[in-house]
Amino acid sequence: MGESTAHPYMANSVPAIQREMLDAIGADNIDQLFSQIPADHRTKHSFDLPPALSESELSRHLIGILAKNRTVEQNLNFLGAGSWQHHVPAVCDEVVRRNEWLTSVFGEPSSDHGRNQAWFEFCSQLGELVDLELVGLPVRSWGSAAGSALRMASRLTGRNEVAVVRAIDPERLSVIRNYCEPVEMADHIAVRLVDYDPATGLIDLDDLRAAVGDQTAAVYFETPSYLGVIEHQGAAIAEIAHAAGAELIVGVDPISLGVLASPAGYGADFVVGTIQPLGVRLNTGGGIGGFIATRDEDRYAHQYPTLLLSIAETIEPGEYGYGLSLFEQSSYGLRDKGNDWTGHSVYMWAIAATTYMAMMGPKGFEEIGGVILQRAHHAARQLAEIEGVRVMFPSGFFKEFVVNFDDTGREVGEINDSLREQGIFGGKDLSREFPELGASALYCVTEIHTGTDIERLVGALRKAIA
Amino acid sequence: MSIEPKEYQAPVWHEPVIHQMGAPGRRGVLFSRVEDEIEAGVGPAADLIPEAVRRRDRPALPELSEPEALYHYLRLSQQTLGMMGISLFGTCTMKYNPSVNEAISWRPEITEVHPLQHDDTLQGTLEIVYGMDLILRELSGMDQFVFQAGGGAEAAYVNCAVTRGYHAARGELEQRNEIITTIQTHPSSAATAATAGFKVITLMLDENGYPSLDALKAAVSNRTAALMVNNPDDMGVYNPEIKEWVRIVHEAGGLAFHDSANFNGIIGKLRPREIGFDACMFMLHKTFGAPKSGVGGPAVGAYGCSAELAPFLPSPLVAFDGHRYRLDYDRPQSIGKIREFWGNVPVVVKAYAWSRSVGAEGMGQVSDLSVLANNYMEKGLLAIRGVTRSHPDATSPRLEMTRYSLQTLKEETGVDIHDVQNRMTDFGIDAPWTSHEPWLLPEPITPEAGEMWGKEALDNWIAVLKKVSDEAYSDPELVKTAPHNQAVHRLKPGVIDDPDTRAMTWRAYQRKTAHQSARRRASPGEVPGQPGE
Repeated sequence: MGESTAHPYMANSVPAIQREMLDAIGADNIDQLFSQIPADHRTKHSFDLPPALSESELSRHLIGILAKNRTVEQNLNFLGAGSWQHHVPAVCDEVVRRNEWLTSVFGEPSSDHGRNQAWFEFCSQLGELVDLELVGLPVRSWGSAAGSALRMASRLTGRNEVAVVRAIDPERLSVIRNYCEPVEMADHIAVRLVDYDPATGLIDLDDLRAAVGDQTAAVYFETPSYLGVIEHQGAAIAEIAHAAGAELIVGVDPISLGVLASPAGYGADFVVGTIQPLGVRLNTGGGIGGFIATRDEDRYAHQYPTLLLSIAETIEPGEYGYGLSLFEQSSYGLRDKGNDWTGHSVYMWAIAATTYMAMMGPKGFEEIGGVILQRAHHAARQLAEIEGVRVMFPSGFFKEFVVNFDDTGREVGEINDSLREQGIFGGKDLSREFPELGASALYCVTEIHTGTDIERLVGALRKAIA
Repeated sequence: MSIEPKEYQAPVWHEPVIHQMGAPGRRGVLFSRVEDEIEAGVGPAADLIPEAVRRRDRPALPELSEPEALYHYLRLSQQTLGMMGISLFGTCTMKYNPSVNEAISWRPEITEVHPLQHDDTLQGTLEIVYGMDLILRELSGMDQFVFQAGGGAEAAYVNCAVTRGYHAARGELEQRNEIITTIQTHPSSAATAATAGFKVITLMLDENGYPSLDALKAAVSNRTAALMVNNPDDMGVYNPEIKEWVRIVHEAGGLAFHDSANFNGIIGKLRPREIGFDACMFMLHKTFGAPKSGVGGPAVGAYGCSAELAPFLPSPLVAFDGHRYRLDYDRPQSIGKIREFWGNVPVVVKAYAWSRSVGAEGMGQVSDLSVLANNYMEKGLLAIRGVTRSHPDATSPRLEMTRYSLQTLKEETGVDIHDVQNRMTDFGIDAPWTSHEPWLLPEPITPEAGEMWGKEALDNWIAVLKKVSDEAYSDPELVKTAPHNQAVHRLKPGVIDDPDTRAMTWRAYQRKTAHQSARRRASPGEVPGQPGE
């Protein structure tokens, strides 16, 4: 690109236009306009960046590099662990790519009306799945949802310890620990881990009772758990938490809520979780997002760090609009005195998710939940038939389950290398994160995995451990 | 200015809330039943769920056909102004989100990839992420970037976590429990510092438009953990004493973080590391051409720092040995995770693509054109009746933004900034930004022209504000009752905050409106909210 060629992204990169604008300002050259910056702050550096590319060069360059990736379309994938492969209806993609919302910012309720309604419908539909009336706009991940909810509970109770289930994604636990602050900080929240029963994967209620007391701000568990297990002792856990005056926070995968009861029904005060399964692609991990939901009570509403969006009648009878509610309590309103902090999140994924939920309806969620359960259990049973392979918690799971290879004498990494050569991405290696589980991997099976896929996996595994 | 602005008319679809649509039994997506042999083997799905936690009721979701859902959301997208008109939304650096970048980032090599795949299967993406790291190092002078933060505020939070890690490693964290910021630095610096457990000291501005050195000196002590500051700030004011600020903070043992959110005004002109900063943050969804997405994301706050701070960065980092890229998780001093996985990869790809399209020379042109456009607009805007500029005595040109006030307009006409915002949308101008809280200047308005918009668009924007000012002086009711051409009218005042009416979900709205109408029925003639109810 020559020196005087205008750049396609910059309408004023035409020298004659710049001259006209400078003349209007009364300046000789653009550099004069930078006079606020002292000379010794200006860099002498000559920037060594790769050369600028035209659009056709850029496309070839990027596609050439990206060709080095291997995708879950080219391979049969069993990785889940926080980013799950579900079918994404084409409509979700088309809707979420609309330029109008991609280029919107913080306009007025009237000029942002359509986008605000889509966001409201996300909260509304998710509210039906979790059976709660107050749902915030999404947060950046399940971990940030859980971390924020734990901090909300700490503020609500004035207590600074939380009981968190040990069977949790180590990445999410690390996020939570950062939210709970290091021990040196005055408001440090101690994280007390609660054991799971090695036979069932369920929470060890005795250990929970020992952990929870009048110092406990909240009890946090997930269902399905990180290890895939459906926690069915929710009512007992709620009783233990509430007897100690603690809040109960439960993490969920909402795609399960057509067949699993919402934790709100057995006593959860907060329901948090992921939104990625609801119509968002893996995106190399960039598809994740989280949510926080509670009962619609002032006590909770005033602790949300998220933005909240309320429906409202307009001045025109019979017309609805949407506006940010309780905005003043956010960090936008009160800076360091607000509820933690608010900022960019994953609001476009809320638009994908609302589209997904609208298409699914009650029957879709019921159907997908059932299909996932059946496919996952079928897969687990087939794998367990392989000599040396064991499914650790063989019943009561949803879409993920722990496969143990101890008796094969092989490391998970080794097995996964072999599977990869056979075009299969094996389950996530748990051996280092959960040494007590031995050579184990977390397998994810969803509605997309057919009987033939499972046959192929079984065959490949037999080869891998032979 | 001879432009006569033309009014715009938004689509008015009277679109119902999704819960009011559809009909029982309709389906938008189907899932094939499992094969017979699987059904025979595992039995009915319900039997695979523990009895106690089976869902008994069906969630009250709408039931729609596929096209009903599609066209509903397409109509809603049409009722969103965005950058379809002109948006000079200050502090957000509205710029073009190139179509080619969107197309590339929706390819399956990005969307159909799992973040936990083996490094061998991620070489393409890792190469791009590493390439973006090198570009940002070159622009900032920093030694290492990480892309885990899902936005600028989260990158500020990364800075607070790294600050904790750095001082904890030196055994000084308990003592160094204060972070210093300024009132014109984005609220997220103060808020993330407080959330991370620090006491926050906020410096106010003096008449030059930035806090005095004396104010900084009075705040700095052996309790100082860090300084978090933007420069230029959200009014386009550059603090010329910033090198001395950094020196003073360093001398006291604190770290200095440059919130580079306003980098569009200085890109290619200075490097935060050369000023002395230990760390900085770039918003890839802003300065580097990825979409703002409703100030909503997915976004990326790319956080960069010196080699001294790099060991504390969140994991993983992308490493390159000259032949192969890998995700490095083996970093014992790392603060761990701020967010699961390793960042919003599609956004990094878009930013890399933007950088490669623009190149080094183009980056210099970005700040040139942004600052030129802002100063050009200032001439036109200050000629409008009722418009004044912040810090009128600070006469040197502002950088990429200027903070104006419509206080005079309000005093003389009764029309406030909110009315003006609404009326501007009637001309297809997305409502302009006012100011972060607290408003240091009454009735603030902060346009930021950026490098994308042509002179005609800037002239049009100026002409619209002039038109609205003229209307305020001649027919204030017209402005006060705006908007007139949007999808919907203004909200009823107070409704969105009142606990009796605010409703974040349809089910809450249903309950509260049913409650209200029941109350109205029960006590005819009485005003709701009176004692005795």
